[in-house]
Amino acid sequence: MAEHNESEKAYGRLHRRLFEGKAAVFAIATTVAVSIGGLVEIVPMYTAQSLTWERADWVTPYSALEVAGRDIYIREGCYLCHSQMVRPMRSEILRYGEWSRSAEYQYDRPFLLGSRRLGPDLQRVGGKYPDAWHYEHMRDPRSTSPGSIMPTYPWLHRNKIDPADITASMVALQKVGTPYTGVTEENVAGALQTQGEGIVQNLSAAGITATWEDEIVALIAYLQRLGVEGKQHLAQQQGGNE
Amino acid sequence: MEQTSRGTVAAAQVATDIGPDPGYDMAIVKMFFTATVVWALVGMLVGVIIALELAWWPANLGLPWTSFGRLRPLHTNAVIFAFAGNVCFTGIYHSMQRLLKTRMFSDVLSRIHFWGWQLIIVGAAITLPLGMTQSKEYAELIWPIDVAITLVWVVFAVNFFGTIAIRKVKHLYVAIWFYMSFVLTIAVLHIVNSLAIPATLFRSYPIYSGLTDALVQWWYGHNAVGFFLTTPFLGLMYYYLPRAANRPIYSYRLSIIHFWGLVFLYIWAGPHHLLYSALPDWAQTLGMVFSIMLLAPSWGGMLNGLLTLKGAWDKVRTDPILKFMVVAVSFYGMSTFEGPMMAIRSVNGLAHYTNWVIGHVHSGALGWVGMISFGMLYWLVQNIWKRPLAHPKWASHHFWLATIGIVLYTVSMWAAGLMEGLQWRALNDVGQLANPVFVDITQRLNPFMWLRLTGGSMYLIGTVMMAINFWQTIRGPAQPVAAEPVPVGAD
Repeated sequence: MAEHNESEKAYGRLHRRLFEGKAAVFAIATTVAVSIGGLVEIVPMYTAQSLTWERADWVTPYSALEVAGRDIYIREGCYLCHSQMVRPMRSEILRYGEWSRSAEYQYDRPFLLGSRRLGPDLQRVGGKYPDAWHYEHMRDPRSTSPGSIMPTYPWLHRNKIDPADITASMVALQKVGTPYTGVTEENVAGALQTQGEGIVQNLSAAGITATWEDEIVALIAYLQRLGVEGKQHLAQQQGGNE
Repeated sequence: MEQTSRGTVAAAQVATDIGPDPGYDMAIVKMFFTATVVWALVGMLVGVIIALELAWWPANLGLPWTSFGRLRPLHTNAVIFAFAGNVCFTGIYHSMQRLLKTRMFSDVLSRIHFWGWQLIIVGAAITLPLGMTQSKEYAELIWPIDVAITLVWVVFAVNFFGTIAIRKVKHLYVAIWFYMSFVLTIAVLHIVNSLAIPATLFRSYPIYSGLTDALVQWWYGHNAVGFFLTTPFLGLMYYYLPRAANRPIYSYRLSIIHFWGLVFLYIWAGPHHLLYSALPDWAQTLGMVFSIMLLAPSWGGMLNGLLTLKGAWDKVRTDPILKFMVVAVSFYGMSTFEGPMMAIRSVNGLAHYTNWVIGHVHSGALGWVGMISFGMLYWLVQNIWKRPLAHPKWASHHFWLATIGIVLYTVSMWAAGLMEGLQWRALNDVGQLANPVFVDITQRLNPFMWLRLTGGSMYLIGTVMMAINFWQTIRGPAQPVAAEPVPVGAD
């Protein structure tokens, strides 16, 4: 017991002399202690090719309509129930498709990997269902997925997208490094309409009337591109290896 | 009584700050106290509402502002930044004036801090249901609010360090170390994770992309838990537990080791949120290894708290304040054991994306943060308003409602999490998915969703009882409380 108290005193004396009377020294030491881990983990993502994640040219940035759809996906908090990250496990590959590669996220700002699967993963949802499926699914999830607990999103079928607003998004995305060119409101509006009309046609073939400005069309555009480039690239690679 | 050197510094400091208030600013403490109780009710009510939405989807009402995806961030922000944040400020403004034997550095800064923080919360409560969000968990608020948070935090930091600069006690007690790590680290985390380019007044895009963005976010997210919900609350434990138990801290040496261990190791653990993701393996492994090491300083804190009660366990039987605190520290120990286990890659493979994580978070949030806060608030209301509780028995009822509520909550989430985790991965004899339809598994979870709603509602009812109790206590007749708080529930 005496020994214990001795060592306690020595310990305490050193700590008290070094830190406990000197607030500035304590504050600096604390800041240093809490900075090391973050620096060691984050800085190599920028500085060391061998330590960071892969960037690849088979991934393209989101189109104007996909940016609009992604903003809606964020606004509605879809990421809170749906992950976008297929883990390299047999059961996940069977359920969702190819496991996720890092390059597939390179234009994701913000990232939307998600942390919870109240609903299924969406990383490979692109092309899995027809456009009309998504249209109906957002209107009434139980019409396409009996037993689903997903809320209904009727306002997506009423609200319109705003080309000026999407232009502002694309200008900001360009500023942070997304390789867009010719971002003007005119070009953006044209691109929105062209891609949107394609989806509107698919919907009308299924007997659904929509316009390219409907928010639901933008969301469908975003969902239908998720994971598609990765899937195509991996299929090509695997084909080439045979 | 023989006083060993163990804990003497702490004991002396905590003991000598009892006495009349020599001109301390108690008004600001009362303001933060009141805000704490109000936001506790709001944040927990939203939690119960979204729990109902998961049990019974029509509760989403088919309206944008009430759908789960918009209310869930409101719940997390309200309980973390509004409830827990105001708890920290209440305790810090109260205890640091006593520990440093000086009034706060500036009453004006104190008030800017208070009103600024409450305005930020109101801003969050308006913008989040409108769908204005940056989508990063616990950092959802749009960039103008992020700027406001930065400014208010600077005001708080100036006031905090200003008070330390004018202190009349040279030695900084262990609670102050933990508060300091809170003030400094949250500033760093918030600024780095929020760096973004605005597109409009309501929308911005982060300067990080893809997995770097994910890494920065979970460095932030995990350490928001570490430095917003753990270190300041350990500081509160180090002040209010010895005060309530009237015992010195068990070990001064242990507090040194576990403080430095905790603040150094915590920061590395973020990548355990990205195990099996496309984040480079070395970063995932670092996150896992440091998460496991984190068990040691976490349990150091738990042991120091529990062993402080050595010789005071008889009081735990009768005093609801100590009951709250003991259960809080026990839940801290449990969830800081569970966390490192869940950060092991193979365990995480099962637990990730499931309700288990929600159960884990709530054993920490309801068990540790909530219960230590309630203990502190019951102690404070009698001490700063200088009168005994209006309904001492209600405090005991609150304790039992909350404790049983947490147990129902966490047990139902463990069961649901294990069930869905196992059923998602189950393969049949020919190696195909045993449960190919996702919704089938979701439906089997429904009873657990109702059980969780029950547990959460009990916790909320306890908080409502506490609020009524405080209201009637504060409005009741003043009765000077001696140096020792009147033990509640002793009648």
